Amino acid sequence: MTHPSDAGPSPVLALKGISKSFGAVRALRDVSLELFPGEVHALAGENGAGKSTLIKTLAGVHRPDAGRVLLDGEPVVFHGPGDARDAGIAVIYQEPTLFPDLSIAENIFMGRRPKRALGRIDHKATNAATAALMRRLGVELDPERPARGLSIADQQIVEIAKALSFDARVLIMDEPTAALTGSEVARLFGVVRTLREQGAAVLFISHRLEEIFQICRRVTTLRDGAWIASEPLDGMTEDDLVRRMVGRDLDELYPKQDVEPGRIALSVRRLTREGVFTDVSFDVRQGEIVGLAGLVGAGRTEVARAVFGVDRWDAGEVEVDGRALTNGAPSTAMAAGLALVPEDRRAQGLVMDMSIERNIGLTGLRTTVRAGLVDRGAERSRSLDWAVKLRVKYARIADAVSTLSGGNQQKVVLAKWLATGPKVLIVDEPTRGIDVGTKAEVHRLLGELAADGVAVLMISSDLPEVLGMADRVLVMHEGRLTAEIPRSEATEERVMAAATGRAAA
Amino acid sequence: MPDSLTRAIRWDTVVGALLLVLLLLSFSFVDGFGNALNLSFLIGNTLPIALIALPMTLLVVAGEIDLSVASTAGLSGAVMGKLWNEGMAIETIIPLCLVLGVVCGLVNGLLVTRLGLPSLAVTIGTLAGYRGIAQIVLGSDAVTDFPTQYLDFAAGRIGDSFLPQAFLPFLVLLAVAVVVLHATPFGRSLFAVGASQEAARFAGIRVRRAKLILFTATGFMASLTGVFWALHYASARYDNATGLELSVVAAVLLGGIDFDGGKGTLGGAIAGVFLLGALQNVMSLMNVSAQSQIVVTGVLLVVSVLGPRAARRLAVARAGRQAASTPTSSLRSPS
Repeated sequence: MTHPSDAGPSPVLALKGISKSFGAVRALRDVSLELFPGEVHALAGENGAGKSTLIKTLAGVHRPDAGRVLLDGEPVVFHGPGDARDAGIAVIYQEPTLFPDLSIAENIFMGRRPKRALGRIDHKATNAATAALMRRLGVELDPERPARGLSIADQQIVEIAKALSFDARVLIMDEPTAALTGSEVARLFGVVRTLREQGAAVLFISHRLEEIFQICRRVTTLRDGAWIASEPLDGMTEDDLVRRMVGRDLDELYPKQDVEPGRIALSVRRLTREGVFTDVSFDVRQGEIVGLAGLVGAGRTEVARAVFGVDRWDAGEVEVDGRALTNGAPSTAMAAGLALVPEDRRAQGLVMDMSIERNIGLTGLRTTVRAGLVDRGAERSRSLDWAVKLRVKYARIADAVSTLSGGNQQKVVLAKWLATGPKVLIVDEPTRGIDVGTKAEVHRLLGELAADGVAVLMISSDLPEVLGMADRVLVMHEGRLTAEIPRSEATEERVMAAATGRAAA
Repeated sequence: MPDSLTRAIRWDTVVGALLLVLLLLSFSFVDGFGNALNLSFLIGNTLPIALIALPMTLLVVAGEIDLSVASTAGLSGAVMGKLWNEGMAIETIIPLCLVLGVVCGLVNGLLVTRLGLPSLAVTIGTLAGYRGIAQIVLGSDAVTDFPTQYLDFAAGRIGDSFLPQAFLPFLVLLAVAVVVLHATPFGRSLFAVGASQEAARFAGIRVRRAKLILFTATGFMASLTGVFWALHYASARYDNATGLELSVVAAVLLGGIDFDGGKGTLGGAIAGVFLLGALQNVMSLMNVSAQSQIVVTGVLLVVSVLGPRAARRLAVARAGRQAASTPTSSLRSPS
C-alpha cells in the first residue's frame, strides 16, 4: 500500500524502516517513505509527530538508529548535511539564512564562484548563471541585487535557485508558506509546479491543509513518530487527513479530576496587540483548566505574555481575582496572584547558570524577607520544599539548573511559580520536549492545582494533552479566538478545524 | 561532590590570597613599604578607585558598565572649584556637586534604559561630554585654597596610625554596598538581571528600574569621589581623575566580577582594587617607571578577564571528574 497505483518510475529517494531515538524519546519508529521524480509529496502530522526529525534525517543532520536510506535504489549513509547536498537533496527552511550584504548571485554561488585567470572571480559568469537559474524557475529577480531587504518569499526563491545550482533532485520544503502572503504562496506554487515538470521530487510540509490538497499528489502521515499511511490525496477529504493525523485514544497520561468551577479568577476583555492578536476575550474560573489551542504562530503565547505584562497591550483589560492589572508590569501581575510558566524554559523560565535554590528563590525575593534583607534560611527551605514536592531529581540544591535534564528543569520552573501560591497559573507548552513520565507528572500536578482552586490556562500544541486535561478549549487562529468548545464536545477534528480556520465551530 | 575544592578555586578567593601574599612579601622585602606614612599614601591613593568600584561592581554584575565615572568626578571637582572661586560656602557647594553627579548618572541611565542603547557606547560618549563641560566650567585654572579643615580631613591620618581619616566613611559605604548587593532583594535580583535579562523579566524583576537606580548611584559616588579627590590632593582641575575609569574597571574585573554580568562578589572586587593599588605602590617604591606600571596594569586587566573563566572551567572539570560520569571538557584556551 506504500506504492501508488501508477508506479511507473522507481523512487529517487526511499526511506525503509527508519527509527531514531533521542535518549528515552522515540522520535521516529519504523518510518518508510518513497519519493518519485516529478512528484510533490506531502508530509503531514501534528507538532511533535516526527516531521522535523524525518527532514533532518533526510538532510544528513541526524543519522538513523535503524533502517536504510535508498538513493536511486542504492543504500546511502549521510555523514553530514554536505553528503546529502552532494547526493542532490536540498532543504528549504521556513526562514532562509542568506548573507544580507552579498548579492543574490554571490549567495547562490558562495564558495564556488566561477573564476577567471589568476583566480579572479568572474562576476559576469556568476550573474549569467544566476539569471539562467531564475529563468528556469520562471521568476524575475536581479542577480546583482543584495540579499538585504528581500522578502522571505524572495529569499526562499534564492534558496531554491541555490539548490538547483547543486543539481538537487529532491527538494524538502519545511513549512515554506508559513510566513508568506497569498500571492507569494501562489508564486511559490508556480515554482514548485515548474520543478515538478522538470522531474524533481518535492517533499512538502505545511500546517495549512488546503495547500496540501492544492499542490500535492500523495501524502504520508506521521503520528507520535510512527508511520500511519502513505496514500494518494485523490478522493480524500481534509477531515480524513485530520483524522489520520490525530486519531488516537487518550489514556492514563491525562489524570483529569472533575472540579466544580468557582468564581472567575482571570478575566481577559477585548485584549488587542496591534498586528499580533485582536479582540481576545475569555474567563478562567477557579478550579478550571482551560486549554488554549491553535497552530504555532496563532498568537497564543503572545496573549499570555501580554496578560502577564512582559509585553504591553494596545487595548483591552485584564483582571485577576477582580483586580485590574497594570499594562506591561509583571511585578503587579505577580502581586495579584498571576504566574506564567513561559514557553522557552532555557531563556525565559530559568537563569541557567544559577542554582536550583536561587532560581526558585527569584520569585520569592520580595516575600522571603526579614527586616528588608533576604532571609536565606527561609529562601532555602522554600526552595527545598518545592523541589521535593515536585520530585525534582538533583544532586545538590546549590547545583546550577543547567546540570538538570529538560524535564527536571521544567519542574524547577513550575516549582518557582507554584512557590508564589498563584491564584491563576498560565502554562505555555508545559510538557514540550520532556519525557512521557515527567509529562504525566506535570499533568497530575495541574489537575491537583485545579482541584485546590487554582485557575489554570494551558497553552499547548499537543492536542491530546489539551483534550485530555482541559475543561474547556479555546482555539486561536491568526490572532483571533475562533472557537470555545466545552470538554464534552471537544474533538481533535473540531479543534483542528478551528485552528486551521476551516470552520467556525 | 568536592564542595571544598570548587570553593577553594573561586577567583575572588584567589585574588584575596594574592593580595595577602603581596602584602607579606612587600612588608618583608620592600624598603619603605611598611611604614605608616607609605601605607596611608597607598590607601589614600586607592580610595578614589575603591569608592567608585562599589557602585561599578553592582553595575557590572547587572550586565552594564559606566566609563564616564572619572569624567563625572572631574566635572564635580571643576564645579566645586568654580563655585568656591565665586565665593559660595563649601557646605552648599558639596551637596550641589553630589546632585550634579546624580544628574550625570541619571542621564547615562535614561539613555541606556529608555533608548535601549549599549552602556559601553553611551558612557564613552558622556566620558568625553562630561570632561568637556568640566573644561568649559573651570578652564585651565587650578583651585587649591579650600578650607583647611576639609583639606585636613581628606588628606589626614587617624592619629599616628596608617589609616587615612576618610577610610572610616569608606568602610561604612563598603558595608552598605555589601549588604545591598548580597543581602537585599534588589541586589540579589541584579545577578539574575546580569545573567539573563529575559529570565529576570519573566520573574517579575523590574530590569530597567534597577539599572536606572544603579547608574544614578554610580553618578553619585563618582561625584563624591571627585569632591574627595579635589580635597585630598588640594587641587580642583578640569582634568582631575583622568583615566580613573580604567583603573576601576580593571580592579573590578580583576576581582572576579564577570564582564558578561551575573557573577562576582564585592569582597572580590575590593580585593582587586587594593591588589592593584598595592602593586602600583610597590612598583613606585622599587622605582619602576610610570610607563612600565601602565604595562603591568594592562597585563593585569587581561589576566583578570582570563583568570575567573579559567578558574570556573577548572571547577567544572573537577566536578565532572568527581561525578565520573561523562567526559568533561578540561581547561581549554578561552575563545
